[in-house]
Formats: sequence, structure tokens, C-alpha cells
Amino acid sequence: MVKPNMQPTKTPVAKQEPLVRARNFKEVCLGYTEEEAINEASRCLNCKNPLCRTGCPVSVRIPEFIEKVREGRFLEAYDIIKSTNNLPAISGRVCPQERQCESKCVRGKNGEPVAIGRLERFVADYAMKHADEMEKPAVPAPNGKKVAVIGAGPAGLSCAGDLAKLGYKVTVFEAFHTAGGVLSYGIPEFRLPKAIVQKEIEGLKDLGVEIMTNMVIGKVLSIDEIMDDGYEAVFVGSGAGLPRFMGIEGEALVGVYSANEYLTRINLMKAFLDGYDTPIMKSKAVAVVGGGNVAMDAARSAMRLGAEKVYIVYRRSINELPARKEEVNHAQEEGIEFRLLNNPTKILGDENGNVTGIQCIKMELGEPDQSGRRSPVPVEGSEYVIDVDTVIIAIGTSPNPLIRSTTPGLEANKRGCLVVNEETNQTTQQGVYAGGDAVTGAATVILAMGAGKKAAASIDEYLKNK
Amino acid sequence: MFKILNKKELNDAVVRMDIEAPYIAKKAKAGQFIIYRIDEYSERVPLTIADYDREAGTITIIFQTIGGSTQHLARLNAGDSILDVVGPLGVATEYGDVKRVAVVGGGVGCAIAYPQAKTLYNMGVEVDVIAGFRSKDIVILEEEMKAVSNGFYLCTDDGSAGFHGFVTDKLKELIDSGRGYDEVIAIGPVPMMKFVCKTTEPYGIKTIVSLNPIMVDGTGMCGGCRVTVDGKIRYACVEGPDFDGHKVDFDELMRRNATYKNQEKTHVCRLTGGVR
Repeated sequence: MVKPNMQPTKTPVAKQEPLVRARNFKEVCLGYTEEEAINEASRCLNCKNPLCRTGCPVSVRIPEFIEKVREGRFLEAYDIIKSTNNLPAISGRVCPQERQCESKCVRGKNGEPVAIGRLERFVADYAMKHADEMEKPAVPAPNGKKVAVIGAGPAGLSCAGDLAKLGYKVTVFEAFHTAGGVLSYGIPEFRLPKAIVQKEIEGLKDLGVEIMTNMVIGKVLSIDEIMDDGYEAVFVGSGAGLPRFMGIEGEALVGVYSANEYLTRINLMKAFLDGYDTPIMKSKAVAVVGGGNVAMDAARSAMRLGAEKVYIVYRRSINELPARKEEVNHAQEEGIEFRLLNNPTKILGDENGNVTGIQCIKMELGEPDQSGRRSPVPVEGSEYVIDVDTVIIAIGTSPNPLIRSTTPGLEANKRGCLVVNEETNQTTQQGVYAGGDAVTGAATVILAMGAGKKAAASIDEYLKNK
Repeated sequence: MFKILNKKELNDAVVRMDIEAPYIAKKAKAGQFIIYRIDEYSERVPLTIADYDREAGTITIIFQTIGGSTQHLARLNAGDSILDVVGPLGVATEYGDVKRVAVVGGGVGCAIAYPQAKTLYNMGVEVDVIAGFRSKDIVILEEEMKAVSNGFYLCTDDGSAGFHGFVTDKLKELIDSGRGYDEVIAIGPVPMMKFVCKTTEPYGIKTIVSLNPIMVDGTGMCGGCRVTVDGKIRYACVEGPDFDGHKVDFDELMRRNATYKNQEKTHVCRLTGGVR
């Protein structure tokens, strides 16, 4: 047994300087060097009973891969990660590790946990750079069965990858012109470069997965028609749907965006690059309403597009912010002003219907609510106005209605989420499985990947016994 | 890739194209739309489906060159291809139990009003078509609309052809003459639809409009196409594009549609300047 490195804190990782990166869309975090990765890997105690793994929605064999990193055998580490995780370069960048694997790490009890996320990213990036040294995974022998996957986001891609490895012929139907789902339209380039997303998707194609873009299932084909076409099972990973608005006055003013629209214009349509046609408002002062990752992404994108002031308006306190801690820190470093315990009551506009400000009321924390979080209560008479020309609403979405409204027999709950058996992810229709935001409402990339994986195992079980 | 099979210029600014899109052609219905993206750099633009041929696997679009993206499309020719076409999107028009309907089209909106008239006429409904244009030179689809209507009323703003005046004047005249419409369908520029609704409201005639808000994805994800109908947020891409015109906030729609007007101007200059 090699003596572990008892350095109490994570090995620092290089990042772009805050004030520089706040004005460009290049990736913030530059990733570990080989030496840094080995140093960090040697902090792992290689526990007999690795709790970190229980915190991972896709059960990455964490201590095993970290041991290989410590030994400098990076490509072997990659194979270990890939055996359970189809998209490691993505999860290594966007997982909320502090709530998952890293929250369980024993090193975290007395100092900082092992930087599992940074190591995963390092290994995935190393493997991409050294792809020519690795054997291409053999296309699995076909088992003669076809499965359809609806939506090429994290849930669908993860499901497709696992099924392809088992020999199924998988076709992924994607509504947009580009695969990736939220990885392409939602998460910005500075957090998840699109070239990385496309490389991970190429890896799935190498396994024989076929992706058909511009196919809006529920409109151009129904699930029943897909089944009639010889697909023996269907996985629905149609993702987030209609954005929620607050229901306050002024949300129809010019200059009010949903975060989905704002981010789609930037990430999918590349409104931030010269030469692309999709327009976006050139804002001076922006208020983003909400405290999740999407809110952080929108705020930081607005800053990068040249806004002078960007505010996050959130009705609870810093402890309740649902965003990844690292993103909150990055946003603060980049000069985004957090107006916490503030709730918007009205969006103000001029005579032409353009946004001029957002009226907020100050809040204080009261008793814990159902979620266990202390619920905010307005402080009477504390309303004030923040002068902004753009307001971005990032308070969540409700699932896409297209599939449930065109598939009789597919039940949804009152929030519009598809009802599934929690053990198998099967919907109320035989042979149809679902996972990701379409089932849970807005959640994380890794939970969607976990759901896709679980559904793939269930589909395999179902078709083997059919 | 989606191949352009035929192209015809209907007037100086209006173009018709047949596009090979077999999946969409199989499912398209009157009132639905597609979104196209010409190439990697283009925006996603919604266009209502003007016609389709299920056997040939083609859809027809008719569009006016207004901004950069439609100018770009108009420069393509038969044999060229469009990178992305997705559809059919939106809810197909639902026709109530109607016996007599006035279909009102304004300008290029006639391209969409025409298939509505055709569908109703073929259902055995008595159809009056009121088609408005600025002047005689830009009239489109006159023969086609005549063929699918019981009464056809051409109107021009300058009086160079047909009735001298707005479609709303003609519509009011017909209503007052006792035509007894069960429903009015109005498709055209937002101000025209607004004033058609103002015209029919006092008579209590149900009026359906087809809205054209700004859209990005068109599948119920971005919320850019939200319109206020009956005081509530409605999404034109998945709940429309047809709505009860008496409940639509048209002024808000006009303001929101002008969001990128200034940027659009520079965009057109860049395009015609040949930069890219």
C-alpha cells in the first residue's frame, strides 16, 4: 500500500482569470496537468468500502480509476470510468460532485474531499487527446432487436450507449438540428465546450447508434408508429419543456426572456459569435431571477455578452442556492451581484414596452417548508427597484407536452411529468420507458444519465424475456 | 438535407417553393408550420405550410422576403438544399360545425389563408374569401383562391384592382348585407388581424387568427413565442398558432415582434454586402 498524500486541500486547478474570462466564452476551468492529477489521485485513501461510489448516480468505480491515475495509467483509468459512464468528459465538468461522490469522501471529514470530478474530467480529456493510442471499441455483435430513443440529451444518449453495447440497434430521434439536448442548447461553452459534447456523441455513433435530427416525435411520428416500424421498445427522454414564468406584471415586456430562450440563442444558435444570424439583445444591465445552475449560466452569459451589471435575484439565502457551489463561486468572482432574499414583484417598462427595471421585495427566512428549506417571507414595505433593461426568468420548466398529448396510454402526473415505475423506469405503456427531466421535472445531467442507464437495463431485461 | 424541387416568384417579394420532406408531407395539416435553417450560420425561422403532397413527399412554402433570413432563402434555387426542416409543428386548425365562413387574407398571409379556404370548401362549407393587397402588382394566388370560394373579393389599398379599401371595410359590408358567417378566419399582418377582430367583435362572430410570434425551437422549450390570450400566457408553437382573435393581445404581439428590428437592419446590410 502506497502512503497517501495527506495534503488537506484539493490540488488547485488552473482557471482563466475571473475578469478575463467574464468577457469571453472560452472554458473557465483548464483542467489538471498529468502531475497535478497524479498528486490529487494520491490523496485517495482507497477505502475498502468506498462510499463515494454510492453517491454516484451511474456508479462510477471511483477508487479503482483513481488508483490507475495515481499510477499514471490514464487510459486504463478511462476504461474503468467508461465501463459505467457513457459521457465522462461531460459529467466530469457538470456534475454537482459536492452533493454526490465528493460529499461521501472520508477525506472531506477533515479537510477537502478528493477532487473526483476534476480527476474524471482529466481522464476523459486525456483519453480524447490520446484516442489514437486506444483501440476503437468493437461494434458489439447485433442481437437483431431495434430500440428507439426519443431525445438526444443526457438521458437518451446514456440509454442509447448502454443498449448499443448490448447489441441492440438503437435509433435516437432528436427534435433539434443538433444532438445533445441540454448539453447543446442549455449549458454554455465556457462550462462545457460543444466540441467535447460532439466528441462524446461521436463515440456513441462508433458503437452503432444512429441519430436522426429534425424529428419531433409526437408530431412527425407517434410512439405507436415507431413501434409499428419494428422497434420493440422505446425510451422517452424528451427533457425539459415549457419555461415557467412568475405570473407577475410585466413578463410580456420586450427584454424579458426565459432562461431557455436566452441560453438557446447563445449556445445552440451561437448568437455570441460573429457570422451567425440569430439575434440576441445587447443588454447593459440584466437581472436573472432564480438560483439554480441555469440562472448562473444565464447571468454569466449575459456578462460575457457585454453587460455592465448583472444581478442574480433569488428569494432564499445563499445556503439554499440550488446551483453547483463552484458555479456560484465563479459567478461571484466574475462580478455578478447576488441579491439574495429578494423576490421580484413586478417588471417595469417604458411607453414602448421595453424593460426599464425590476421591482423586488426583501425577504427573510421563516419556518422550514416541506422541502426542509426555511421558506422566505416578504418584509412588508421593503419594495425597491433595480434598474435593468433585460430580465431573464430561470425558475424552472414543466415537462414537454408533445409526447404525452399524442400517446394515448402514457400517463402523466398533475405536474405533467410522465409516470414511471421507480424500479424499472417503465411508463404506463408496455415497452415504453422514460427518464430524465421528462419524468422528474428539471434536475441534473447526471440524474438523467442515471435514469437512462437504469431504463436501458430494464429494456434489456424486458426484451430478453419477451 | 432538404432539396428544393421547384421555385416560382409569385411577385417581386413573394416566392413559392416545393421542398422534398417526405416525413413532414405525410403528416402535415392546414394551419401547421415548419421551421427551417438554411445552413450552419442561419437562424431557425418558422413558416406556415401552404400546401403538401403526401404521395410526392413534398411540402410547399410561400414566403415574403422581409428580413435577412427570407432574403437568403429567396436566393436559393430549384436543386439547392436547405440544411434543416422540421415539422409539422403546431396544432392543426380545428374547424367547428360551420356552414358559412369568411376567410380573410392580407398580403402574403393569403398563402396561408388559401389552404384554409380550400380545406373548408372541400368540406362543403360555403366560403367567402376576402383578399387584401397594397396594390394590383403584388396580388398573389387570385385564380387559386377564386377556385375554392363561393364569393371572392379582391381588395387593394390604392384601388388599382377590385374593391378600393381595406379588407375590414369589405368584411363589414358583407356582414351587414346578411351573409350570416358562423366564423371568420383572418391571416395576415398583425395590424390587419387586430382590425378584423375589432370588426367582427360587435357582431359576436367567432374569429380565428394565425399568430406569427418570434420563435426559436418551435417545440415548446424556449418560450419565446409566448402570447397573451385571455390574460394568460399561451405558447404559439405548441398551443397555437391559431387562437381566438377576440382574446389576443395584438399590441403586445406587435411590440414583441419588433424586438430585433434594429439588429435586423444591420443583418440585412451584412447579407447584401456579401460578407460571410
